[in-house]
Amino acid sequence: MSNIPEDLYYTKTHEWVKQDADGTLTVGITDHAQHLLGDMVFIELPDAGSAFNTGDDCAVVESVKAASDVYCPVSGEIIETNVALLETPEVVNQDPYGDGWLLRLKPNDAGEVEDLLDAETYKELAAEEAH
Amino acid sequence: MAQRTALYEKHLAAGGKIVDFAGWDMPIHYGSQIEEHHTVRNSAGVFDVSHMTVIDFKGAATREFLQYLLANDVGKLNTPGKALYSCMLNERGGVIDDLITYYMQDNWYRMVVNAATREKDLAWINRQAAPFAIEITERAELAMLAVQGPEARDKVHAVMGGTINAARELAPFFAAQCADIFIARTGYTGEDGYEIILPAGKASGLWDQLLAAGVKPIGLGARDTLRLEAGMNLYGQDMDETTTPLESGLAWTVAWQPAERRFIGRPALEQQREAGVQRKLVGLVLLDRGVLRSHQKVFVSNAGEGETTSGSFAPTLNCSIAFARVPAQTGNECEVEIRNKKLRAKIVKPPFVRFGKSCID
Repeated sequence: MSNIPEDLYYTKTHEWVKQDADGTLTVGITDHAQHLLGDMVFIELPDAGSAFNTGDDCAVVESVKAASDVYCPVSGEIIETNVALLETPEVVNQDPYGDGWLLRLKPNDAGEVEDLLDAETYKELAAEEAH
Repeated sequence: MAQRTALYEKHLAAGGKIVDFAGWDMPIHYGSQIEEHHTVRNSAGVFDVSHMTVIDFKGAATREFLQYLLANDVGKLNTPGKALYSCMLNERGGVIDDLITYYMQDNWYRMVVNAATREKDLAWINRQAAPFAIEITERAELAMLAVQGPEARDKVHAVMGGTINAARELAPFFAAQCADIFIARTGYTGEDGYEIILPAGKASGLWDQLLAAGVKPIGLGARDTLRLEAGMNLYGQDMDETTTPLESGLAWTVAWQPAERRFIGRPALEQQREAGVQRKLVGLVLLDRGVLRSHQKVFVSNAGEGETTSGSFAPTLNCSIAFARVPAQTGNECEVEIRNKKLRAKIVKPPFVRFGKSCID
């Protein structure tokens, strides 16, 4: 069973979102997602300063098996990306909720994060997919 | 319901992630495809390839039949045990399948064909064989393991001991039958090793012994990256019934001599050769950041367009590589379109990797 921390928000498309104290959001892909995709070999990240709407593809993670879009969980502006991953994409496999984070986002609407899934709901979704 | 090999329970026990492959439940990896890839390049791994189709040909007319059936010439096989890689063509010169034929005795040849093409291959072969007095038997009751890597042969010798004495001195691309175990020094990885065909009831025992000796289980995922680095075509991706061997990097497998040998597809190939082959299959090494995949568009300045047929991240080279079918006059470089961007790639002659070492600059 994959690791699904209680204190994060989730999307149906397997991104996780962490609300930081200053109101910014950190985004990555879930342990379930990295497991499904397999060994990461390439990461494409957006430019800092670029803006995305909810559901826009904002990054690409490619495993040895396939390429997969990462969708922006809430609308906002990219304030930082994890450029270390460009050289070490395998960190997304090793530490998806820690050093494997993808980007930081300043949300347009601080409340939008509440529309995302909680850990319990995401757990059910991931369990369904595992069957 | 999908078919399962004799080793299905072993795959589950080893943590294999099972996927459907041509109607078979097969392991794609056992945790990390990239680690498995490196294991085969650096030490030894074992693949369950029991889904592949083994066909035995018996009878005095077998050689004559195979000389008609295949684009390569089994007439080259003068020493018992010798193997030959060949395409089997339709009348238009298109590739029905690629396969290996082993010449075991004058009245016994063994062929291994792909799993995904089993039905059409058997139908085609049986139809073509009708005028010949030969006996064709599919050996579905046999299992097949490939043990590959620089340490593979030593591990197999240690595990199988005296039962395979005749195999110890096998030269590359030769096979021997040791009682009920067929052992060939062939493979699909670019490394040394064996392919072993044995009664399905013995497969689990051999699997356990190999794992106990430190040989690691390897899934179909790594099998694909290993064969791509080794410059080996995959049927259905790099060639099929709409392409000829001459357009698929396989001209070397077409035996034009002796000129009087009539094989299926020969007139079509001769016509294509005389008219000039318009397309060729080449190797690509991506120079920009990204990952090559199959069916990406290739642009060649002053020559036109082509398409990648297989592509992947290459773990041994730590970059991305592909095969692409491009216009014949293509030179040393091209561009590949990935997510609406054109990325630069260098054109090389496969293989990319052989015996653990890079073959490209």
